[in-house]
Amino acid sequence: MNPIPFMKWRWVAISLSGLAIATAVASLSLQQLNWGLDFTGGTLIEVSYSDSADLGSIRSVLAEEGYEGAVVVSFGTDRDVLVRLPDGYSDEQGALMVDKLRSSTDMAIELRRIEFVGPQVGDELRDDGGIAMLTALGLVMLYVAFRFQIKFALGAVFALAHDVIVTLGFFSLTGLEFDLTVLAALLAVVGYSLNDTIVVADRIRENLRKIRRAQAIDVINISLTETLGRTLVTSLTTLLVLAALALFGGEMIFGFAVALLVGVTVGTYSSMYVASTTLLQLGVSKEDVMVPEREGADQEGMLP
Amino acid sequence: MINHYPLWKNLLILIVVAGGFFYAAPNLYAPDPALQIAGASSSQKIDTPILGRAEQALTDAGISFFGEVIQEQGKSALLRLTDRDQQLRAQAVVARELGDGFIVALNLAPTTPDWLLQGGATPMKLGLDLSGGVHFKLEVDVAAATDRRLEQYEVGIKKRLREERVRGRINLDGQRAVMQFRAEADREAARKLVAELYPELFLDRVDEGETWFLYATVTEQTITELVDYAVTQNLTTIRNRVNELGVSEPLVQRQGRNRIVVELPGIQDTAEAKRILGKVANLEFRLVAEANAPISERQRFEYRSAGREGMTEWLERDVIISGESVSNAQAGFDQNSQPNVSISLDGEGGMLMSRATRANVKRRMGVLFIERKYRTRYEVAESGEEVAKRIPYDEKKLLTAPVIQSALGAQFQITGLDNPGEASELALMLRAGALAAPITFVEERTVGPSLGAENIRLGTKSVQVGLALVVVFMMFYYRVFGVAAVLALTGNLVLLVAVMSLLGATLTLPGIAGIVLTVGMAVDANVLIFARIREEIRGGAPPQTAIGQGFDRAVVTILDANITTLIVAIILYAIGTGPIKGFAVTLSVGIITSMLSSIIGTRALVNLFYGGRRVRALSIGGVGRAQAAAQGAEE
Repeated sequence: MNPIPFMKWRWVAISLSGLAIATAVASLSLQQLNWGLDFTGGTLIEVSYSDSADLGSIRSVLAEEGYEGAVVVSFGTDRDVLVRLPDGYSDEQGALMVDKLRSSTDMAIELRRIEFVGPQVGDELRDDGGIAMLTALGLVMLYVAFRFQIKFALGAVFALAHDVIVTLGFFSLTGLEFDLTVLAALLAVVGYSLNDTIVVADRIRENLRKIRRAQAIDVINISLTETLGRTLVTSLTTLLVLAALALFGGEMIFGFAVALLVGVTVGTYSSMYVASTTLLQLGVSKEDVMVPEREGADQEGMLP
Repeated sequence: MINHYPLWKNLLILIVVAGGFFYAAPNLYAPDPALQIAGASSSQKIDTPILGRAEQALTDAGISFFGEVIQEQGKSALLRLTDRDQQLRAQAVVARELGDGFIVALNLAPTTPDWLLQGGATPMKLGLDLSGGVHFKLEVDVAAATDRRLEQYEVGIKKRLREERVRGRINLDGQRAVMQFRAEADREAARKLVAELYPELFLDRVDEGETWFLYATVTEQTITELVDYAVTQNLTTIRNRVNELGVSEPLVQRQGRNRIVVELPGIQDTAEAKRILGKVANLEFRLVAEANAPISERQRFEYRSAGREGMTEWLERDVIISGESVSNAQAGFDQNSQPNVSISLDGEGGMLMSRATRANVKRRMGVLFIERKYRTRYEVAESGEEVAKRIPYDEKKLLTAPVIQSALGAQFQITGLDNPGEASELALMLRAGALAAPITFVEERTVGPSLGAENIRLGTKSVQVGLALVVVFMMFYYRVFGVAAVLALTGNLVLLVAVMSLLGATLTLPGIAGIVLTVGMAVDANVLIFARIREEIRGGAPPQTAIGQGFDRAVVTILDANITTLIVAIILYAIGTGPIKGFAVTLSVGIITSMLSSIIGTRALVNLFYGGRRVRALSIGGVGRAQAAAQGAEE
């Protein structure tokens, strides 16, 4: 198979990534994220009416009862209603509010869920999430530097940071709610994208050793071409199951599925372009992946 | 022979897969809705007549049930119901029949057959987002606990300085006590006394003109011990209270430095649950009434301990101090190695105590333990329906009534206890009644039963659809090899469920999402292997060599790629709470089982199909034509 000249278009890719990151950072700094209850603190109730609910009258009931800043939206169907109270109400208000809604209508109201998160918990979760993300990136860089080489580690970390920033940017731009499950999804994106990046890096290392008298750019092109089939198939199967999750998994898991759908798509691209371009710009060469003497004996057999 | 697994290896794989099916199997049996009956106190046994009353009540109400059984040597009984919708009504009916002495809890009884149970196979536990229930996070107020301890130091030091006639002033400033003296000699004396009295305080001397200062700071270690103590204390009390709620499998767990997580499956009345969890026991110290006191000034109380059942004591109506004033109670021994309990009061409490006891030496003082309890009353509502009402009342019982030997202050001891066991029991009750550290609710999540059931349904559906899509794609794209991959993937799912069940892991909604994700990612290892085999074929390798080389070369890549993902999953587990932990667990277990199933399982299947015989072409899709052409050229 003739190698596809991936790296010829690397400047297009760099501009594209640059643009995406700039947009993401701009959006994140301008309108931040639509933080979910887990991070802002506050109270949320979800109730199910026996017939379609009148949001207007629910709003006026809540206004009469003095719930300032209550946000009332329908959730999934027109019978399911979600009410969110800002931080500052006590932990008892959720249950009280359900009682008040019950007494305001003839319809049967079924309680689906109540969530109350105190302000201190919200701040902690946000901090912990950030720390987890950085720890993950740091440890991964160490592992890759140990198993491969520092240039590969930098490539991997650039690719991961790229994916995380772009996915965050997507959530900021679309205003989709960013809750704990989305944070978990983001870490899963790191895991997935890493998986992809390592597979490509592994092939580049192998080819650098194997193909003599070839330029780094050609080796990278060959490696990317060789792994292209696998990259696309794995991404496709993963996207298939994620689509199933987004369509059938219900509202509580929707954000999670979307974060992964975006992350996996971006991750597939970044493992091909971001990591490899970084390697190329850092001037990766055969010397970087020379097999240490000790391992030479069993490595010899694998060379053609 | 090339590409052939020895018999023992195939057998081993077979055994592992069979084991997987065995331990995953309990999850296929849907649990029965059930009622669990237990006594409100541990002495109340459940026997056949009691169970018979419950059965009769259900029969009268027209609720069908089966499988009634007395468990744990009469500690509890279980009644299975045929209809889940009747569970709440059944609970009300049985609770009404048995009365306040019993706790009737909703339960989901597993229906795992005996032959599985005997092998140690049990189903996975469901998280609250799937089973429905309440999750609380409580926080122990560290600042309040520290303040109380500081007050205690202030009182103690003041008293000691006065006793030793050291002139100086003391007041509190943030996390330290500030002492001022007019002479350096006074400060030196004070420093020695304080160091002796409270060795855990950190002392610092500062001079400012004519005033000599001594700062006593509470060290971080003391605060840590204090918080630990307060949290453990609250854990014990909350565990006791949770039992009152009638939940079949409650979880009470410490989290981090000063948090307590409480999970109550099946509970929906959060207000009720919070009242019971948040309620604080209290104490009252009152003098024992004199025999000739008028009846209007005295009250009769029963003793609390089982050993003095039925005995009563007349106490005065006036309360000297209550639990709020008690800052600590510790069991120990006096100089004569007799068991005793040392009690510390705060400043105001000490003053009140000393004023009340000074004139009453040789009289006795009673300590009352006050608990909020509930009594159920049945009322007929306007609609004609009978509704159960829980009416709270305070139960006051006597802990002890020792003789006052001398005027008491902020610190005193209760002696004359029979044994160390009694002393530690008394200290525990005193601490439970004392407000060691207030607790607040910082997080609450309630999931109704219908949402839980819906989450299970949606989760299962996503797994099914996701799996179907992947199966179709793999078979279409990789032909015979695709079939091997799909079988390995199925085996992987079975193993994943089996391992989770064996670990006793909890399945949550994000956990199900993790399983779905695993289905998508697990084929990756197979894809890597198949891609390598295709490459080998394109490179002109004969089929058997292509298979062997393809597997061997892909293994290194698979290991590297999966270990890094595993690192991320472990971090996720370390920081995650509740449902997120569930996701991390399924992801980690899934990564490991998928590596095993594709490296070993797929290989075994491919070996069985192609190994050890002449193969002209591999059915792996994609390279079919290239392969045929290459062979055509050879021939």
